[in-house]
Amino acid sequence: MAVKALSEYNFPAADTQDKFHGNQLLYVGWDDHLMFCAPFAYCIPPSTKFSELVEKHLPHSFGRHPEWAKVDFGKAVWLKSGQPFQPDMNKTLAEQGLKHKDVLRLQTPGLNGNGTYF
Amino acid sequence: MDMKANKKKLGLKEKYAHMTRGLDWQTTYQPMDKVFPQATFEGIKIHDWDKWEDPFRLTMDAYWKYQAEKERKLYAVLDAFAQNNGHLGITDARYLNAVKLFLTGISPLEYVAHRGFAAAGRNFPGVGPRVACLMQSIDEIRHAQTQIHALSNYNKFYEGFHAGAAHQIERIWYLSVPKSFFDDAFSAGPFEWMIAIGFSFEYVLTNLLFVPFMSGAAYNGDMATVTFGFSAQSDEARHMTLGLECIKFMLEQDPDNLPIVQKWIDKWAWRGIRVLTLVGMMMDYMLPKRVMSWKEAWEIYFEQNGGALFNDLAKYGIKVPDCITQCTVDKEHISHQAWCTFYQYAHASAFHTWLPNAEEMDWLSAKYPNTFDKYYRPRYEQWREMADKGERFYNNTLPMLCQVCQIPMVFTEPDDPSKICYRESDYNGEKYHTCSDGCKHIFDDEPEKYIQAWLPVHQIYQGNCWPEGTDPTAEGFDPMAKVLEWYHIENGKDNLDYEGSGDQANFAAWRGAATQNT
Repeated sequence: MAVKALSEYNFPAADTQDKFHGNQLLYVGWDDHLMFCAPFAYCIPPSTKFSELVEKHLPHSFGRHPEWAKVDFGKAVWLKSGQPFQPDMNKTLAEQGLKHKDVLRLQTPGLNGNGTYF
Repeated sequence: MDMKANKKKLGLKEKYAHMTRGLDWQTTYQPMDKVFPQATFEGIKIHDWDKWEDPFRLTMDAYWKYQAEKERKLYAVLDAFAQNNGHLGITDARYLNAVKLFLTGISPLEYVAHRGFAAAGRNFPGVGPRVACLMQSIDEIRHAQTQIHALSNYNKFYEGFHAGAAHQIERIWYLSVPKSFFDDAFSAGPFEWMIAIGFSFEYVLTNLLFVPFMSGAAYNGDMATVTFGFSAQSDEARHMTLGLECIKFMLEQDPDNLPIVQKWIDKWAWRGIRVLTLVGMMMDYMLPKRVMSWKEAWEIYFEQNGGALFNDLAKYGIKVPDCITQCTVDKEHISHQAWCTFYQYAHASAFHTWLPNAEEMDWLSAKYPNTFDKYYRPRYEQWREMADKGERFYNNTLPMLCQVCQIPMVFTEPDDPSKICYRESDYNGEKYHTCSDGCKHIFDDEPEKYIQAWLPVHQIYQGNCWPEGTDPTAEGFDPMAKVLEWYHIENGKDNLDYEGSGDQANFAAWRGAATQNT
């Protein structure tokens, strides 16, 4: 339903991709690991390879967790917008259709802070 | 020579009638709907503004008299507090972090409320609500000023007060939560403003905001804040009555108003409750001497008192907001989720944090038997272990935020406290993320509004949160250091752990000097 207003109500969105200096936003959360209170927001180029996300950006954010070293990316399960997603490590974000403000959830079965969800 | 009075003085009721009715006229140079352009566009139908009953019948001269008397008392106490080093009488300087949150997060809202009620008063064609809004508008600016005066004394002695009430509200990530709440209300029409602030915030939720802060102040020896609280109390009672009168007036004027009013109540109850997450955290974690748990406060002030209110409104067809089911689950979680968030982002906050100690964790276990030991105690214990090893955990990456409430996406699924709750909407080819069904519902109803949200994390990434003249291409550029500079947070003084802070050391030294000979 439209906003009720005195005159035409049409204003630009605040966070369109053109405002991020050649980068895009990508959100990534690690399920069952609430040591990190919320999913992360990354601002990275669409030309970032998925392998770079996994080997550089995610370890920077999640590396302090005692279980991070145990994550086996061969077995990890990914969701994009809640739906199964099969990433290709050698492709860039753009090449595999990861758009501005897409959200990924990393699931690592068997790892959940020993049942505490830490 | 004395004037001869022919007639007895007017009674209060007559005086009130003269001063609030019949002051208006029909304009002739411009049609009335151009003079009051905001009176109809929201769809609320009012047939007879004279049906407005002001339950207080306060005239302007009486208003000034009462307020002046309260001001005199307040400033007498504030002077005495300052002259007698009242700040050393608080339970512990740790308590002042709650006060910093109040000054930076709540006092600016009083000021915006002042502007909002002034605007509502201007835009209502009826004289009764206009006078009531005028008085509330003046109350609100008085509250902002007296809070700033009352708390400014602490700025002489403690970190984190120096930016005052105005600078940080437009900048700091967590303060965008209360700010966006008021922006949302102020950018609606006058009737929605009255439901948002006059009814939902000032009536339904006000006790959950003020009672915890003022009782917290009383329990922790903060006489400055307590006295302010007393000074505001009689105003708050009037504001609650205005909010209630306004909703009843709208519902009695036309049956078509019911669905609009119900929609606003649903929206603003949820928006307000999300903001109160900060209050819940304050109650459960930030008071050295605690008043009651957030869950207990919720049960008394919302479930019981609010329940009675909605029973009263049922005769108009008003239903309890849908979000209550979710709130019943949330009351056992949100304060813990919020404190976990501030603990890990304490380097970017304008107050100190700490881990609850063993006694505090036992209190939390007792107050939250269903959730604390299972979900939150393990987190604090692991963080304690890391801190003891000299590896205190600070989160080094910016969080994803909810597009509507602007809180980081820390809330969990209603049926599973181990899973973050993700909701998303597509609008005009772009994705928007929300933290809950409540916020998603609000977004989907008016997406044109919320796509404009000033989300702190996105603004930092866009490069809009550095001091003027910053060159992000300079060698050794540290974006987060520049953000703190822009926030006016002094790194290493205002932020980080309470343990080891200047506040902690100074308070111990000063109190020691007052009670010992060494």
